[in-house]
Amino acid sequence: MTVKDFAQSADLKFICNEALASERNIDGCYCGDLLSWVMSKAKENNLWLTVMGNINSIGVAVLTDVACIILTENAPLDDNAREKADSNGVIILTTDKTSYEVAAQYSKLQ
Amino acid sequence: MDSIKLHYDVSGNDFTCAGEASGKIKRELKGLGFPNDIIRNVAIAVYEGEINMVIHAGGGVIDVEITPECISLDLIDEGPGIPDISLAMKEGFSTAPENVRQLGFGAGMGLPNIKKYTDEMVIDSEVGVGTTIHLKVFVK
Repeated sequence: MTVKDFAQSADLKFICNEALASERNIDGCYCGDLLSWVMSKAKENNLWLTVMGNINSIGVAVLTDVACIILTENAPLDDNAREKADSNGVIILTTDKTSYEVAAQYSKLQ
Repeated sequence: MDSIKLHYDVSGNDFTCAGEASGKIKRELKGLGFPNDIIRNVAIAVYEGEINMVIHAGGGVIDVEITPECISLDLIDEGPGIPDISLAMKEGFSTAPENVRQLGFGAGMGLPNIKKYTDEMVIDSEVGVGTTIHLKVFVK
């Protein structure tokens, strides 16, 4: 399943790099807001569900090679984070759903 | 391949710059054709080191030496030093201030993560003088 496929299924909105989403495959899902914890546990190509929309989240996404960041519960994305995501090709989506709801949706589609 | 030596400055108190050195090292290692898992391990260890320098030490420097067999890193700062290294190595122990925690850091995972993602880790620290962390990641 690609990020594009999942975004349509779960009714997620793109904020950054939608054009890359049909090429990016998903393998698993990780929920977390403590960045060191995420860096340690998230795996390559995971969906990463978080409320952390700051510039350091982009750094963590780049280092861990997650498939995308999904900002849940309408968590905001900082302007400098958006710029860094654009320049690093990090796909970011947003939703009003909770991390639990999005993860459950992903699980159903497995 | 002869060894390649790289040097990076980490500016203090600027979270927007944290991750620059690890990103550059990651790109360098990719360009040299190192395996993805080695690159990820080095990048995560360096990123945690950068964050520690920003939070605790007002910045620092990172020296890297790359050979086909090993990536060696020295993370050097002139911060306050670590009074109790064994305590600092415990997962969950943190002295990070509240504003840092609000950014998603300060969970007490920094040094444990560095140890987890490297093959050798030696910390030299003196209170009031600074801290140097020597790291090695071997290419198996």
